[in-house]
Amino acid sequence: MTKAINDFSIIIGTKNGSGSSTANNTILRSIFKMGIPVSGKNLFPSNIQGLPTWYTIRVSKDGYLGRREEQDIVITLNPDSFMRDLASVPPGGAFFYADDIKLPISRADIAIYPMPIKKLIKDDANIPGNFRELVGNMIYVGVLAQMIGIDLDAVHAALEFHFKGKQKPIDMNFGAVKAGAEWAKANLEKKDSFHVEPMNKTEGLIMADGNTAAAIGSVFGGAQFVAWYPITPATSIAEGMNEYLPMLRKREDGKHTYAVVQAEDELAAIGMAIGAGWSGLRAMTSTSGPGLSLMTEFVGLAYYAEVPVVIWDVQRIGPSTGLPTRTSQADLSFVAEIGHGDSDSIILLPGDVNECFDFGWQSFDIAERAQAPVFVLSDLDIGMNQWMSRPFEYPKTPMDRGKVLWEKDLEELKGNWGRYLDKDGDAIAYRTLPGNKYPLSSYFTRGTGHDEHAKYTEDSTMFVRNMDRLKRKYETIKQYLPKPILHATKGAEVGILAYGSTEAAINEARVRLERDHNMKTDFLRVRALPLTQEVDEFIAKHDRIYVVEMNRDGQMHQRLTLAHPESAMKLISVAYGDGLPASARWVREGILAKHTNVPVSKPAAKATPTKKKTSVKQTKTVSKNSRKGVK
Amino acid sequence: MSALPMAGAPAATNTIGLTKHDYRGAPTTLCAGCGHNSISNQIVAAMYELNVLPEDVVKFSGIGCSSKSPTYFMNRSFGFNSLHGRMPSIATGALFGDHTLKGIGVSGDGDSVSIGMGQFKHVMRRNLNMVYIVENNGVYGLTKGQFSATAEVGLELKRQGVNPYMPIDICMEAIISNATFIARSFAGNAKQVKELVKAAFSHRGIAVLDIISPCVTFNNADSAHHSYAWGRDHEEPLHDLTYIAPREEIMLDKELEEGEVREVTMHDGSIILLKNLDKGYDPTNRFEAVRALEEAQRNNWLITGLIYKAPEKPALVDSYNLVDTPLNRLAEFDLRPAPEMINKVNALMF
Repeated sequence: MTKAINDFSIIIGTKNGSGSSTANNTILRSIFKMGIPVSGKNLFPSNIQGLPTWYTIRVSKDGYLGRREEQDIVITLNPDSFMRDLASVPPGGAFFYADDIKLPISRADIAIYPMPIKKLIKDDANIPGNFRELVGNMIYVGVLAQMIGIDLDAVHAALEFHFKGKQKPIDMNFGAVKAGAEWAKANLEKKDSFHVEPMNKTEGLIMADGNTAAAIGSVFGGAQFVAWYPITPATSIAEGMNEYLPMLRKREDGKHTYAVVQAEDELAAIGMAIGAGWSGLRAMTSTSGPGLSLMTEFVGLAYYAEVPVVIWDVQRIGPSTGLPTRTSQADLSFVAEIGHGDSDSIILLPGDVNECFDFGWQSFDIAERAQAPVFVLSDLDIGMNQWMSRPFEYPKTPMDRGKVLWEKDLEELKGNWGRYLDKDGDAIAYRTLPGNKYPLSSYFTRGTGHDEHAKYTEDSTMFVRNMDRLKRKYETIKQYLPKPILHATKGAEVGILAYGSTEAAINEARVRLERDHNMKTDFLRVRALPLTQEVDEFIAKHDRIYVVEMNRDGQMHQRLTLAHPESAMKLISVAYGDGLPASARWVREGILAKHTNVPVSKPAAKATPTKKKTSVKQTKTVSKNSRKGVK
Repeated sequence: MSALPMAGAPAATNTIGLTKHDYRGAPTTLCAGCGHNSISNQIVAAMYELNVLPEDVVKFSGIGCSSKSPTYFMNRSFGFNSLHGRMPSIATGALFGDHTLKGIGVSGDGDSVSIGMGQFKHVMRRNLNMVYIVENNGVYGLTKGQFSATAEVGLELKRQGVNPYMPIDICMEAIISNATFIARSFAGNAKQVKELVKAAFSHRGIAVLDIISPCVTFNNADSAHHSYAWGRDHEEPLHDLTYIAPREEIMLDKELEEGEVREVTMHDGSIILLKNLDKGYDPTNRFEAVRALEEAQRNNWLITGLIYKAPEKPALVDSYNLVDTPLNRLAEFDLRPAPEMINKVNALMF
């Protein structure tokens, strides 16, 4: 049997609430510790206890971190999902199961390994009765480690990390791992091809989730005020702030330079954050789609009254409550158009954990420079899953606090200023902050019509002048936004445009497209709205641009066609939203499916693909189910 | 622009050298005779008499007639006219900007206990350092005369018919939400409004003033609870109240010195002297306050005065152990962790 080394996937089916996440993270970290690129994704239900839940681990010597649809090793501890899990094992795959599940197994084409989890855990005198189920999960870690070759020292290191060096739980859990490994060594015969072998591809890298990165980045951005309301999948940002603010902003006098308030709802959370932003604090909130819906009216106020505030939207799939624990990129249109009346939005689109960190601090600079709400659209996949990442990098630029006038500035100006007066011609006015003791420093902020000195007015000319300035402000701000990232291939005529967490899957798909289908692609990952010049250039340069995204309607595609009606025919949407992270297979098949279905443009044939494209091989059918399956 | 105190002007000044003019706002655009205007005037008088620096006050409001009124007092203070029912959240965030500032929020019955009931109650339990005035007229004025949640059952309004619902008692809602200072007055009783504003301002924490402020235009039938005529007939003062600011000469009249007084110490060390009426009302007794409100409801009374004043409790910003420098004056040095901290953080990741 040919060995499959460092290139396969594992899926672990358990019951929600059974405490398997420690075990799964331990497997993930052990493999990482062995120097092998690895990624883990939690595919969990919206439930606290009882429903089936899965965790996938992809081991990839080539460093592909996107979700893989095929699972080679299936581990199940859950009788409720047992039959599904068994059926999902591909021929040649391996199936590990808790042997107290007494269900028929009739597959001769796979390796089958029963695991006496209950018995082994009962035999371990070091494990108190009430810990048996929890620690029992470590038995499968041990069995798996033995069968695929995970180094037990690496497992120990993972446990040390998880239990923060606390010896008792480390010993108890590691004891169970060893029991599993020893039992497997004595009782199981290796009948599958999957192996891990040490590499050196994770050296200098860290494992982190995007929400933690966002929180730490925000702390380095000088966050001073966080108001929030719990919602999956955004909760861990605020909880991260609670953890890292005291640690990283510790002072000798023990006093705080920040405040975190758990609000009564999202209306209050955004209201508090806007109040704090208005009074000069680096203020933020974190939420997801339903929460953002509630925040809409306030966001419009912040837009019009010009108040800086940072809003993290860790996207889950809607509409309505939708699938609350599944990922999505379907809030883009909503956020881009948020608010009644004419409006604009600044949106940052992090593509990985490192960008969650970077946008954590950059978002405050942009918000204070623009005096406007800045949205950061992350998603559940980046936010809540562990990703192999570069270490976080200290901010490269000093804080930009924007245009603020204090007492001495006003003395120099002799009080001659106007809150909404475009003094510098860049459409960004100067602001003052409460507490300023200069007697002419104050102004009255309102969401009603106002003139350049913030006085109430219903004058039409004044209203239009102000709205026009606001429009120009969003032109000014483009220079402060993160630029798109271009992955270019020499000789590519096909473009792929995407954003956010699809990057890993797209980069993997590009390799296969070139290797198997002779399709060379350039890939532009957009990192901010409003769209900047680089996007225009990318569109102009390519004959066909596939806009890949995780939503039903192709929301970025819609925006691009609106912005570039002259290029509408060559912008092609590849969009799908089922709540699961994008896979390379889906990206590849999605592009190939559209690549033959070439629209004939009326005026001339030149916009249609040339013969170069006829050489592209088309996969016969795109499996409609290809993104459905974790099971 | 509001002018600075004019040099050499003969106008009377307070102990910080400001004239009443320094506390005034823009001319009102509310209806002539509106109770809200009288309240604005008493806020001006109270702040002048308390020698408050206008720059130390931040004004807040929601949406509605009442919420317009912060424009009509204290031009030199920062102000934020926010969204309908959402003034408390804006104020909560804003007052973290500089913990030395005090808020004066003005809201209405619709703004506070219809659309804004959630935020109203939560700002009570957070004990935000703000005077929270509800200009309560039982009607939506700005949309021309619909029932509010404080309108009494059976009230009849043009185009609305008869109100079938029980009213909400703002003071009762405040007390069960753990507000630390609760008072009620009547806009027509200017002296009491002023004294209560002064007392509320000197309270550290949330101070709710439910001021019955008749709408002259849309809800002033003589029979309506929130009308001038009804108020004058049914007002039941709990006690006389004299507020003595620390820097003023203490001048008690004879009657008060005879022992019919009770001291309530304000957070800033100043003292309110309460003259107990025949009820022997004790505003520090929460149980008694709830009973008085319940009794008033049953008897159709409108009790005015200081209904409740909790023993000293930390205001919201006090419980956050903030640095002495206002947060909004901190610079990068205080806010961005040192470069070596990035290694510490990376080491914390796996």
